[in-house]
Amino acid sequence: MDLKDLYRDVILDHNRTPRNFGRLAAANAQAEGYNPLCGDRLSLFLRMNGDHIEDVRFEGKGCAISTASASLMTEAVKGKSRAAAEELYQHVHELLTKPNAAATADLGKLAALSGVREFPARVKCATLCWHTLQAALNGSATVSTE
Amino acid sequence: MNVAVAEQLSAAPLDAERVRRDFPILSRTVNGKPLVYLDSAASSQQPLPVIRAVERYVTHSHANVHRGVHTLSQEATDAFEGARDRVRRFVNAASVREIIFVRGTTEAINLVAQAYGRPRFGRDDEILITALEHHANIVPWQLLCEQTGCTLKVAPIDRRGELLIGEFAALLSPRTRLVAIAHVSNALGTVLPVKRIIAAAHEHGARVLVDGAQAVPHSRVDVRALDADFYAFSGHKMYAPTGIGVLYAREELLGSMPPWQGGGDMIRSVTFEKSTYNELPWKFEAGTPNIAGAIGLGAAIDYVESLGLEAIGAHEQRLLEHATAELTAIRGVQLIGTAAHKAAVVSFTMSGVHPHDIGTILDHEGIAIRTGHHCAMPVMDFFAVPATARASFACYNTPEDVKRLIDAVQRVREVFG
Repeated sequence: MDLKDLYRDVILDHNRTPRNFGRLAAANAQAEGYNPLCGDRLSLFLRMNGDHIEDVRFEGKGCAISTASASLMTEAVKGKSRAAAEELYQHVHELLTKPNAAATADLGKLAALSGVREFPARVKCATLCWHTLQAALNGSATVSTE
Repeated sequence: MNVAVAEQLSAAPLDAERVRRDFPILSRTVNGKPLVYLDSAASSQQPLPVIRAVERYVTHSHANVHRGVHTLSQEATDAFEGARDRVRRFVNAASVREIIFVRGTTEAINLVAQAYGRPRFGRDDEILITALEHHANIVPWQLLCEQTGCTLKVAPIDRRGELLIGEFAALLSPRTRLVAIAHVSNALGTVLPVKRIIAAAHEHGARVLVDGAQAVPHSRVDVRALDADFYAFSGHKMYAPTGIGVLYAREELLGSMPPWQGGGDMIRSVTFEKSTYNELPWKFEAGTPNIAGAIGLGAAIDYVESLGLEAIGAHEQRLLEHATAELTAIRGVQLIGTAAHKAAVVSFTMSGVHPHDIGTILDHEGIAIRTGHHCAMPVMDFFAVPATARASFACYNTPEDVKRLIDAVQRVREVFG
Protein backbone atom coordinates (compact mmCIF):
# COMPACT_ATOMS: atom_id res chain seq x y z
CA MET A 1 0.00 0.00 0.00
CA ASP A 2 1.57 3.22 -1.14
CA LEU A 3 0.39 6.74 -0.43
CA LYS A 4 0.71 7.48 -4.14
CA ASP A 5 -2.07 4.93 -4.75
CA LEU A 6 -4.40 7.15 -2.76
CA TYR A 7 -3.08 10.59 -3.64
CA ARG A 8 -2.63 10.11 -7.39
CA ASP A 9 -1.80 13.11 -9.52
CA VAL A 10 -5.35 13.22 -10.90
CA ILE A 11 -6.75 13.36 -7.35
CA LEU A 12 -4.32 16.07 -6.24
CA ASP A 13 -5.05 18.08 -9.37
CA HIS A 14 -8.84 17.91 -8.95
CA ASN A 15 -8.44 18.78 -5.25
CA ARG A 16 -6.34 21.82 -6.04
CA THR A 17 -8.50 22.97 -8.95
CA PRO A 18 -11.93 21.40 -8.67
CA ARG A 19 -13.94 21.43 -11.91
CA ASN A 20 -17.57 22.60 -12.06
CA PHE A 21 -17.11 24.30 -8.70
CA GLY A 22 -19.65 26.89 -7.54
CA ARG A 23 -23.39 27.37 -7.52
CA LEU A 24 -25.52 26.66 -10.58
CA ALA A 25 -27.92 29.54 -11.07
CA ALA A 26 -30.34 27.66 -13.29
CA ALA A 27 -30.47 24.51 -11.12
CA ASN A 28 -33.78 22.67 -10.92
CA ALA A 29 -32.60 19.93 -8.56
CA GLN A 30 -30.31 20.20 -5.58
CA ALA A 31 -29.17 18.25 -2.52
CA GLU A 32 -26.84 18.65 0.45
CA GLY A 33 -24.41 15.97 1.56
CA TYR A 34 -22.86 15.82 5.02
CA ASN A 35 -20.24 13.55 6.52
CA PRO A 36 -20.51 14.01 10.30
CA LEU A 37 -17.24 12.17 10.94
CA CYS A 38 -15.08 14.79 9.26
CA GLY A 39 -17.50 17.67 8.85
CA ASP A 40 -17.35 17.53 5.04
CA ARG A 41 -20.23 19.40 3.45
CA LEU A 42 -21.22 19.34 -0.18
CA SER A 43 -23.96 21.14 -2.11
CA LEU A 44 -24.80 19.64 -5.47
CA PHE A 45 -26.77 21.48 -8.14
CA LEU A 46 -28.32 19.87 -11.21
CA ARG A 47 -30.07 21.24 -14.25
CA MET A 48 -32.20 18.39 -15.50
CA ASN A 49 -33.89 18.30 -18.88
CA GLY A 50 -36.30 15.44 -18.43
CA ASP A 51 -34.09 12.49 -17.56
CA HIS A 52 -31.01 14.18 -18.91
CA ILE A 53 -28.33 15.87 -16.71
CA GLU A 54 -27.69 19.01 -18.73
CA ASP A 55 -25.44 20.69 -16.20
CA VAL A 56 -24.03 19.96 -12.77
CA ARG A 57 -21.98 21.97 -10.30
CA PHE A 58 -20.95 21.59 -6.67
CA GLU A 59 -19.56 23.56 -3.82
CA GLY A 60 -18.45 22.76 -0.32
CA LYS A 61 -15.48 22.05 1.89
CA GLY A 62 -13.87 18.68 2.26
CA CYS A 63 -10.76 16.59 2.18
CA ALA A 64 -8.78 15.91 -0.98
CA ILE A 65 -10.61 12.63 -1.61
CA SER A 66 -14.08 14.09 -1.27
CA THR A 67 -13.30 17.23 -3.28
CA ALA A 68 -11.56 15.33 -6.09
CA SER A 69 -14.27 12.68 -6.18
CA ALA A 70 -16.98 15.33 -6.52
CA SER A 71 -15.03 17.16 -9.22
CA LEU A 72 -14.45 13.95 -11.18
CA MET A 73 -18.09 12.97 -10.76
CA THR A 74 -19.41 16.24 -12.17
CA GLU A 75 -17.21 15.83 -15.23
CA ALA A 76 -18.36 12.25 -15.68
CA VAL A 77 -22.12 12.70 -15.32
CA LYS A 78 -22.57 15.95 -17.19
CA GLY A 79 -24.54 15.19 -20.34
CA LYS A 80 -25.53 11.71 -19.18
CA SER A 81 -28.99 10.29 -18.63
CA ARG A 82 -30.20 9.51 -15.12
CA ALA A 83 -29.90 5.76 -15.84
CA ALA A 84 -26.37 6.10 -17.18
CA ALA A 85 -25.34 8.16 -14.11
CA GLU A 86 -26.80 5.54 -11.79
CA GLU A 87 -25.01 2.76 -13.63
CA LEU A 88 -21.78 4.72 -13.36
CA TYR A 89 -22.34 5.03 -9.62
CA GLN A 90 -22.67 1.25 -9.34
CA HIS A 91 -19.33 0.85 -11.09
CA VAL A 92 -17.67 3.47 -8.86
CA HIS A 93 -19.12 1.82 -5.77
CA GLU A 94 -17.72 -1.56 -6.78
CA LEU A 95 -14.37 -0.01 -7.52
CA LEU A 96 -14.29 1.58 -4.05
CA THR A 97 -15.47 -1.40 -2.05
CA LYS A 98 -14.81 -4.70 -3.83
CA PRO A 99 -11.34 -6.19 -3.49
CA ASN A 100 -9.63 -6.55 -6.87
CA ALA A 101 -12.50 -4.89 -8.76
CA ALA A 102 -11.19 -3.80 -12.13
CA ALA A 103 -12.05 -0.38 -13.50
CA THR A 104 -14.71 -0.64 -16.20
CA ALA A 105 -14.18 1.27 -19.41
CA ASP A 106 -16.95 3.82 -18.69
CA LEU A 107 -15.14 5.04 -15.54
CA GLY A 108 -12.46 6.96 -17.41
CA LYS A 109 -10.63 9.30 -15.00
CA LEU A 110 -12.78 8.01 -12.11
CA ALA A 111 -10.53 4.94 -12.12
CA ALA A 112 -8.03 7.10 -10.22
CA LEU A 113 -10.19 6.49 -7.14
CA SER A 114 -9.33 2.79 -7.03
CA GLY A 115 -6.59 3.36 -4.42
CA VAL A 116 -9.20 4.54 -1.91
CA ARG A 117 -10.35 1.00 -1.18
CA GLU A 118 -7.00 0.29 0.52
CA PHE A 119 -7.90 3.03 3.02
CA PRO A 120 -11.27 1.90 4.41
CA ALA A 121 -11.65 4.96 6.66
CA ARG A 122 -11.69 7.12 3.52
CA VAL A 123 -14.25 5.30 1.36
CA LYS A 124 -17.06 7.52 2.70
CA CYS A 125 -15.12 10.58 1.61
CA ALA A 126 -15.23 9.34 -1.99
CA THR A 127 -18.88 8.25 -1.95
CA LEU A 128 -20.37 11.37 -0.33
CA CYS A 129 -20.82 13.16 -3.67
CA TRP A 130 -22.44 10.11 -5.26
CA HIS A 131 -24.93 9.74 -2.39
CA THR A 132 -25.69 13.43 -2.78
CA LEU A 133 -26.20 12.98 -6.52
CA GLN A 134 -28.68 10.19 -5.88
CA ALA A 135 -30.53 12.39 -3.39
CA ALA A 136 -30.71 15.21 -5.92
CA LEU A 137 -31.94 12.85 -8.66
CA ASN A 138 -34.55 11.39 -6.30
CA GLY A 139 -35.69 14.71 -4.89
CA SER A 140 -34.40 14.28 -1.31
CA ALA A 141 -32.85 17.37 0.22
CA THR A 142 -30.12 16.04 2.50
CA VAL A 143 -28.03 12.93 2.84
CA SER A 144 -25.67 11.95 5.58
CA THR A 145 -23.04 9.24 5.31
CA GLU A 146 -23.81 7.99 8.82
CA MET B 1 2.81 4.99 47.85
CA ASN B 2 2.53 7.93 50.19
CA VAL B 3 2.50 11.48 48.94
CA ALA B 4 5.93 12.39 50.35
CA VAL B 5 7.60 9.60 48.38
CA ALA B 6 5.75 10.58 45.21
CA GLU B 7 6.90 14.18 45.58
CA GLN B 8 10.49 13.03 46.04
CA LEU B 9 10.42 10.91 42.92
CA SER B 10 8.82 13.74 40.98
CA ALA B 11 11.94 15.82 41.50
CA ALA B 12 13.73 13.55 39.02
CA PRO B 13 12.95 14.05 35.33
CA LEU B 14 10.85 11.38 33.68
CA ASP B 15 12.74 8.58 31.96
CA ALA B 16 10.35 8.20 29.04
CA GLU B 17 12.28 5.28 27.51
CA ARG B 18 11.80 3.33 30.72
CA VAL B 19 8.15 4.43 30.96
CA ARG B 20 7.54 3.21 27.40
CA ARG B 21 8.47 -0.33 28.42
CA ASP B 22 5.51 -0.32 30.82
CA PHE B 23 3.10 0.08 27.86
CA PRO B 24 3.04 -3.13 25.80
CA ILE B 25 1.02 -1.61 22.94
CA LEU B 26 3.82 0.86 22.17
CA SER B 27 6.02 -1.94 20.86
CA ARG B 28 3.67 -2.77 17.97
CA THR B 29 3.99 -1.50 14.44
CA VAL B 30 1.40 0.27 12.29
CA ASN B 31 1.69 0.10 8.51
CA GLY B 32 5.11 -1.46 8.93
CA LYS B 33 6.47 1.34 11.11
CA PRO B 34 6.92 1.56 14.90
CA LEU B 35 3.78 3.07 16.41
CA VAL B 36 3.94 6.70 17.53
CA TYR B 37 0.87 7.27 19.66
CA LEU B 38 -0.09 10.94 19.83
CA ASP B 39 -3.80 10.58 20.56
CA SER B 40 -3.81 10.27 24.34
CA ALA B 41 -6.20 13.22 24.72
CA ALA B 42 -8.80 10.97 23.06
CA SER B 43 -7.79 7.87 25.03
CA SER B 44 -4.49 6.98 26.63
CA GLN B 45 -2.81 3.58 26.59
CA GLN B 46 -2.63 1.32 29.65
CA PRO B 47 0.55 0.30 31.49
CA LEU B 48 1.27 -3.22 32.74
CA PRO B 49 0.40 -2.44 36.38
CA VAL B 50 -3.13 -1.48 35.27
CA ILE B 51 -3.47 -4.47 32.93
CA ARG B 52 -2.25 -6.80 35.70
CA ALA B 53 -4.49 -5.31 38.39
CA VAL B 54 -7.53 -5.90 36.20
CA GLU B 55 -6.30 -9.38 35.26
CA ARG B 56 -5.63 -10.27 38.92
CA TYR B 57 -9.12 -9.20 39.90
CA VAL B 58 -10.80 -11.05 37.03
CA THR B 59 -8.78 -14.24 37.47
CA HIS B 60 -8.79 -14.29 41.26
CA SER B 61 -11.48 -12.23 42.98
CA HIS B 62 -14.37 -11.42 40.68
CA ALA B 63 -17.86 -11.42 42.17
CA ASN B 64 -20.55 -8.81 42.62
CA VAL B 65 -19.89 -6.11 45.20
CA HIS B 66 -21.88 -5.22 48.33
CA ARG B 67 -23.88 -8.43 47.98
CA GLY B 68 -22.78 -11.71 49.41
CA VAL B 69 -21.07 -12.95 52.50
CA HIS B 70 -18.86 -15.22 50.45
CA THR B 71 -15.14 -14.66 50.15
CA LEU B 72 -15.03 -13.51 46.54
CA SER B 73 -17.74 -10.91 47.09
CA GLN B 74 -15.82 -9.62 50.10
CA GLU B 75 -12.59 -9.43 48.13
CA ALA B 76 -14.30 -7.69 45.20
CA THR B 77 -15.95 -5.20 47.56
CA ASP B 78 -12.69 -4.48 49.35
CA ALA B 79 -10.87 -3.91 46.05
CA PHE B 80 -13.67 -1.73 44.65
CA GLU B 81 -14.00 0.40 47.78
CA GLY B 82 -10.22 0.49 48.09
CA ALA B 83 -10.11 2.04 44.62
CA ARG B 84 -12.64 4.64 45.75
CA ASP B 85 -10.41 5.64 48.64
CA ARG B 86 -7.45 5.77 46.24
CA VAL B 87 -9.43 8.24 44.10
CA ARG B 88 -10.35 10.26 47.20
CA ARG B 89 -6.68 10.67 48.14
CA PHE B 90 -5.76 11.42 44.51
CA VAL B 91 -8.07 14.47 44.32
CA ASN B 92 -7.85 15.23 48.07
CA ALA B 93 -11.57 14.90 48.74
CA ALA B 94 -12.60 14.99 52.41
CA SER B 95 -14.55 11.73 52.32
CA VAL B 96 -15.19 8.68 50.15
CA ARG B 97 -18.86 9.70 50.41
CA GLU B 98 -17.96 12.41 47.87
CA ILE B 99 -16.56 10.02 45.23
CA ILE B 100 -19.17 8.62 42.82
CA PHE B 101 -18.07 6.06 40.26
CA VAL B 102 -19.60 6.70 36.83
CA ARG B 103 -18.89 5.61 33.24
CA GLY B 104 -16.90 8.71 32.48
CA THR B 105 -16.91 12.49 32.46
CA THR B 106 -19.98 12.61 30.22
CA GLU B 107 -22.06 10.56 32.63
CA ALA B 108 -20.83 12.63 35.59
CA ILE B 109 -21.97 15.87 33.95
CA ASN B 110 -25.35 14.37 33.01
CA LEU B 111 -25.75 13.21 36.61
CA VAL B 112 -25.21 16.74 37.91
CA ALA B 113 -27.55 18.22 35.28
CA GLN B 114 -30.36 15.82 36.12
CA ALA B 115 -29.95 15.32 39.88
CA TYR B 116 -28.70 18.78 40.86
CA GLY B 117 -30.05 21.11 38.16
CA ARG B 118 -33.37 19.62 37.17
CA PRO B 119 -35.14 19.79 40.55
CA ARG B 120 -33.79 23.29 41.30
CA PHE B 121 -33.56 25.38 38.16
CA GLY B 122 -36.37 27.33 36.51
CA ARG B 123 -37.13 30.13 34.06
CA ASP B 124 -35.16 32.83 35.86
CA ASP B 125 -32.01 30.78 36.22
CA GLU B 126 -28.87 30.72 34.11
CA ILE B 127 -26.08 28.25 33.52
CA LEU B 128 -22.77 29.74 32.41
CA ILE B 129 -20.29 27.80 30.28
CA THR B 130 -17.38 28.88 28.06
CA ALA B 131 -16.93 28.86 24.29
CA LEU B 132 -14.25 26.17 24.45
CA GLU B 133 -16.29 23.38 26.02
CA HIS B 134 -16.46 19.80 24.78
CA HIS B 135 -19.94 18.72 23.63
CA ALA B 136 -20.22 16.76 26.91
CA ASN B 137 -20.22 20.07 28.79
CA ILE B 138 -22.71 21.72 26.42
CA VAL B 139 -25.43 19.26 25.47
CA PRO B 140 -26.42 18.08 29.01
CA TRP B 141 -27.07 21.74 29.87
CA GLN B 142 -29.09 22.28 26.68
CA LEU B 143 -31.23 19.30 27.64
CA LEU B 144 -31.64 20.76 31.12
CA CYS B 145 -32.66 24.13 29.63
CA GLU B 146 -35.34 22.40 27.56
CA GLN B 147 -36.58 20.57 30.64
CA THR B 148 -36.62 23.47 33.10
CA GLY B 149 -36.78 26.65 31.01
CA CYS B 150 -33.44 27.91 32.34
CA THR B 151 -31.00 29.71 30.01
CA LEU B 152 -27.52 28.74 28.81
CA LYS B 153 -24.97 31.58 28.65
CA VAL B 154 -21.61 31.25 26.92
CA ALA B 155 -18.51 33.24 27.90
CA PRO B 156 -16.37 34.05 24.83
CA ILE B 157 -12.72 33.23 24.07
CA ASP B 158 -10.12 35.20 22.15
CA ARG B 159 -8.10 34.23 19.05
CA ARG B 160 -5.46 32.52 21.17
CA GLY B 161 -8.11 30.30 22.69
CA GLU B 162 -8.06 31.97 26.10
CA LEU B 163 -11.18 32.68 28.09
CA LEU B 164 -11.99 36.40 28.23
CA ILE B 165 -12.09 36.65 32.00
CA GLY B 166 -13.64 40.13 31.99
CA GLU B 167 -16.50 39.00 29.74
CA PHE B 168 -16.92 35.89 31.82
CA ALA B 169 -17.16 37.91 35.04
CA ALA B 170 -19.65 40.28 33.42
CA LEU B 171 -21.94 37.32 32.64
CA LEU B 172 -22.04 36.29 36.31
CA SER B 173 -25.14 37.55 38.09
CA PRO B 174 -27.52 36.50 40.84
CA ARG B 175 -29.35 34.54 38.12
CA THR B 176 -26.29 32.34 37.56
CA ARG B 177 -26.99 29.10 39.39
CA LEU B 178 -24.22 26.98 37.93
CA VAL B 179 -20.93 27.57 36.14
CA ALA B 180 -19.67 24.58 34.12
CA ILE B 181 -16.13 24.88 32.77
CA ALA B 182 -13.34 22.77 31.37
CA HIS B 183 -10.16 22.69 33.42
CA VAL B 184 -8.19 22.07 30.21
CA SER B 185 -9.64 22.45 26.69
CA ASN B 186 -9.53 19.18 24.77
CA ALA B 187 -9.43 20.86 21.34
CA LEU B 188 -6.95 23.65 22.11
CA GLY B 189 -5.03 22.63 25.22
CA THR B 190 -5.84 25.90 27.01
CA VAL B 191 -5.53 25.62 30.80
CA LEU B 192 -8.28 27.69 32.40
CA PRO B 193 -7.76 29.63 35.63
CA VAL B 194 -10.34 27.49 37.40
CA LYS B 195 -9.48 28.55 40.94
CA ARG B 196 -10.11 32.19 40.05
CA ILE B 197 -13.27 31.29 38.13
CA ILE B 198 -14.61 29.27 41.05
CA ALA B 199 -13.95 32.12 43.50
CA ALA B 200 -15.73 34.60 41.22
CA ALA B 201 -18.71 32.27 40.75
CA HIS B 202 -19.00 31.64 44.48
CA GLU B 203 -19.13 35.39 45.11
CA HIS B 204 -22.33 35.38 43.07
CA GLY B 205 -23.70 32.35 44.87
CA ALA B 206 -23.28 30.05 41.86
CA ARG B 207 -22.06 26.46 42.12
CA VAL B 208 -19.24 25.30 39.86
CA LEU B 209 -18.73 22.07 37.94
CA VAL B 210 -15.27 21.48 36.50
CA ASP B 211 -14.80 19.12 33.54
CA GLY B 212 -11.38 17.77 34.48
CA ALA B 213 -11.07 15.06 31.83
CA GLN B 214 -8.04 16.70 30.20
CA ALA B 215 -6.51 17.99 33.45
CA VAL B 216 -6.08 15.00 35.78
CA PRO B 217 -3.52 13.19 33.55
CA HIS B 218 -1.20 16.19 33.48
CA SER B 219 -1.23 18.00 36.82
CA ARG B 220 -2.15 17.52 40.45
CA VAL B 221 -5.78 18.33 41.15
CA ASP B 222 -6.87 19.20 44.69
CA VAL B 223 -10.63 19.67 44.75
CA ARG B 224 -10.53 21.32 48.17
CA ALA B 225 -7.76 23.77 47.23
CA LEU B 226 -9.77 24.63 44.08
CA ASP B 227 -12.94 24.89 46.18
CA ALA B 228 -14.80 23.03 43.39
CA ASP B 229 -18.41 21.97 44.01
CA PHE B 230 -18.34 19.26 41.34
CA TYR B 231 -15.28 17.84 39.57
CA ALA B 232 -15.65 15.22 36.83
CA PHE B 233 -13.03 13.09 35.07
CA SER B 234 -12.56 9.86 33.10
CA GLY B 235 -10.24 6.93 33.75
CA HIS B 236 -9.35 6.21 30.14
CA LYS B 237 -7.57 9.51 29.61
CA MET B 238 -5.27 8.78 32.55
CA TYR B 239 -4.01 5.26 31.72
CA ALA B 240 -7.03 3.36 33.13
CA PRO B 241 -9.58 1.31 31.16
CA THR B 242 -12.60 2.82 29.41
CA GLY B 243 -16.02 2.81 31.06
CA ILE B 244 -14.93 4.15 34.45
CA GLY B 245 -14.93 7.73 35.62
CA VAL B 246 -15.45 9.83 38.69
CA LEU B 247 -17.77 12.53 39.90
CA TYR B 248 -16.46 14.34 42.95
CA ALA B 249 -19.15 16.41 44.65
CA ARG B 250 -19.36 18.14 48.00
CA GLU B 251 -21.13 15.92 50.48
CA GLU B 252 -23.74 18.54 51.41
CA LEU B 253 -24.71 18.92 47.74
CA LEU B 254 -24.96 15.19 47.15
CA GLY B 255 -27.03 14.89 50.33
CA SER B 256 -29.53 17.40 48.98
CA MET B 257 -29.83 15.73 45.57
CA PRO B 258 -32.37 13.04 44.69
CA PRO B 259 -31.05 9.82 43.14
CA TRP B 260 -30.38 9.99 39.41
CA GLN B 261 -30.99 6.38 38.39
CA GLY B 262 -32.96 3.79 40.35
CA GLY B 263 -32.09 0.16 40.77
CA GLY B 264 -30.12 -2.26 42.86
CA ASP B 265 -27.33 -1.09 45.17
CA MET B 266 -28.72 2.44 45.49
CA ILE B 267 -31.56 1.47 47.88
CA ARG B 268 -31.83 0.68 51.56
CA SER B 269 -35.28 -0.89 51.40
CA VAL B 270 -37.89 -1.37 48.71
CA THR B 271 -41.61 -1.91 49.01
CA PHE B 272 -44.23 -1.25 46.36
CA GLU B 273 -45.38 1.75 48.38
CA LYS B 274 -42.03 3.40 48.94
CA SER B 275 -38.32 2.81 48.72
CA THR B 276 -35.64 4.40 50.84
CA TYR B 277 -32.25 5.19 49.43
CA ASN B 278 -28.81 4.03 50.32
CA GLU B 279 -26.18 6.26 51.88
CA LEU B 280 -23.61 8.22 49.91
CA PRO B 281 -21.93 7.46 47.64
CA TRP B 282 -23.96 4.38 46.70
CA LYS B 283 -27.20 6.36 46.40
CA PHE B 284 -25.84 7.51 43.03
CA GLU B 285 -24.55 4.12 41.86
CA ALA B 286 -27.57 2.12 40.71
CA GLY B 287 -26.84 -1.34 39.32
CA THR B 288 -23.67 -3.39 39.31
CA PRO B 289 -20.79 -0.98 38.80
CA ASN B 290 -17.70 -1.34 36.60
CA ILE B 291 -15.73 -3.14 39.30
CA ALA B 292 -12.75 -4.10 37.15
CA GLY B 293 -12.64 -0.58 35.72
CA ALA B 294 -12.55 1.00 39.19
CA ILE B 295 -9.73 -1.35 40.22
CA GLY B 296 -7.88 -0.45 37.02
CA LEU B 297 -8.36 3.24 37.81
CA GLY B 298 -6.92 2.73 41.29
CA ALA B 299 -3.88 1.06 39.74
CA ALA B 300 -3.55 3.87 37.18
CA ILE B 301 -3.50 6.42 40.00
CA ASP B 302 -0.76 4.43 41.75
CA TYR B 303 1.11 4.41 38.46
CA VAL B 304 0.98 8.16 37.79
CA GLU B 305 1.84 8.87 41.43
CA SER B 306 4.86 6.59 41.13
CA LEU B 307 6.10 8.63 38.15
CA GLY B 308 5.04 11.87 39.81
CA LEU B 309 2.42 14.15 38.27
CA GLU B 310 4.82 17.08 38.43
CA ALA B 311 7.42 15.09 36.48
CA ILE B 312 4.80 13.97 33.93
CA GLY B 313 3.56 17.53 33.47
CA ALA B 314 7.09 18.91 33.04
CA HIS B 315 7.99 16.16 30.55
CA GLU B 316 4.88 16.80 28.44
CA GLN B 317 5.49 20.54 28.55
CA ARG B 318 8.94 20.06 27.01
CA LEU B 319 7.46 17.91 24.22
CA LEU B 320 4.71 20.48 23.64
CA GLU B 321 7.19 23.36 23.36
CA HIS B 322 9.41 21.35 21.03
CA ALA B 323 6.51 20.30 18.78
CA THR B 324 5.05 23.81 18.75
CA ALA B 325 8.34 25.36 17.63
CA GLU B 326 8.99 22.73 14.95
CA LEU B 327 5.43 22.73 13.54
CA THR B 328 5.34 26.51 13.32
CA ALA B 329 8.42 26.40 11.10
CA ILE B 330 6.67 24.25 8.46
CA ARG B 331 5.21 26.21 5.56
CA GLY B 332 1.44 26.66 5.77
CA VAL B 333 1.04 25.23 9.27
CA GLN B 334 -1.30 27.26 11.44
CA LEU B 335 -1.58 26.50 15.15
CA ILE B 336 -5.12 26.56 16.52
CA GLY B 337 -4.91 27.43 20.21
CA THR B 338 -1.92 29.49 21.29
CA ALA B 339 -2.84 30.26 24.89
CA ALA B 340 -0.01 31.26 27.24
CA HIS B 341 -0.80 28.33 29.52
CA LYS B 342 -1.42 25.04 27.67
CA ALA B 343 -1.28 21.36 28.50
CA ALA B 344 -0.15 18.49 26.27
CA VAL B 345 -2.17 19.36 23.14
CA VAL B 346 -1.11 20.91 19.84
CA SER B 347 -3.91 21.48 17.35
CA PHE B 348 -3.08 22.68 13.84
CA THR B 349 -4.22 23.08 10.26
CA MET B 350 -2.23 23.19 7.01
CA SER B 351 -3.04 25.47 4.10
CA GLY B 352 -4.50 23.53 1.19
CA VAL B 353 -4.70 20.25 3.11
CA HIS B 354 -7.74 18.93 4.93
CA PRO B 355 -6.98 17.48 8.40
CA HIS B 356 -8.25 14.07 7.28
CA ASP B 357 -5.60 13.93 4.60
CA ILE B 358 -3.01 14.84 7.24
CA GLY B 359 -4.36 12.02 9.42
CA THR B 360 -4.19 9.45 6.62
CA ILE B 361 -0.62 10.35 5.67
CA LEU B 362 0.51 10.31 9.32
CA ASP B 363 -1.18 6.94 9.87
CA HIS B 364 0.69 5.65 6.86
CA GLU B 365 3.86 6.65 8.73
CA GLY B 366 2.68 4.79 11.84
CA ILE B 367 1.64 7.95 13.69
CA ALA B 368 -1.74 8.16 15.42
CA ILE B 369 -3.21 11.64 15.82
CA ARG B 370 -6.79 12.84 16.09
CA THR B 371 -8.36 14.66 13.17
CA GLY B 372 -11.81 16.16 13.13
CA HIS B 373 -13.85 18.53 15.27
CA HIS B 374 -12.79 16.95 18.62
CA CYS B 375 -16.41 17.02 19.86
CA ALA B 376 -16.05 20.78 20.05
CA MET B 377 -17.88 22.04 16.96
CA PRO B 378 -18.42 25.56 18.42
CA VAL B 379 -14.63 25.87 18.83
CA MET B 380 -14.16 24.88 15.16
CA ASP B 381 -16.80 27.46 14.14
CA PHE B 382 -15.04 30.15 16.19
CA PHE B 383 -11.75 29.53 14.37
CA ALA B 384 -13.65 29.08 11.05
CA VAL B 385 -12.14 25.66 10.35
CA PRO B 386 -14.12 22.46 9.69
CA ALA B 387 -11.62 20.41 11.65
CA THR B 388 -8.07 20.37 12.95
CA ALA B 389 -5.27 17.84 13.31
CA ARG B 390 -4.38 17.33 16.97
CA ALA B 391 -1.32 15.71 18.46
CA SER B 392 -1.49 15.12 22.20
CA PHE B 393 1.26 14.01 24.57
CA ALA B 394 1.46 11.63 27.50
CA CYS B 395 4.11 10.33 29.88
CA TYR B 396 5.26 7.73 27.33
CA ASN B 397 6.01 10.10 24.45
CA THR B 398 9.58 11.02 23.58
CA PRO B 399 11.47 13.67 21.60
CA GLU B 400 11.84 10.94 18.94
CA ASP B 401 8.02 10.82 18.66
CA VAL B 402 7.99 14.57 18.06
CA LYS B 403 10.68 14.17 15.39
CA ARG B 404 8.63 11.47 13.64
CA LEU B 405 5.58 13.77 13.78
CA ILE B 406 7.48 16.68 12.26
CA ASP B 407 9.01 14.50 9.51
CA ALA B 408 5.56 13.16 8.63
CA VAL B 409 3.98 16.62 8.52
CA GLN B 410 6.78 17.66 6.17
CA ARG B 411 5.88 14.61 4.06
CA VAL B 412 2.28 15.91 3.91
CA ARG B 413 3.66 19.19 2.57
CA GLU B 414 5.61 17.27 -0.08
CA VAL B 415 2.56 15.25 -1.21
CA PHE B 416 0.27 18.27 -1.38
CA GLY B 417 2.85 20.78 -2.52
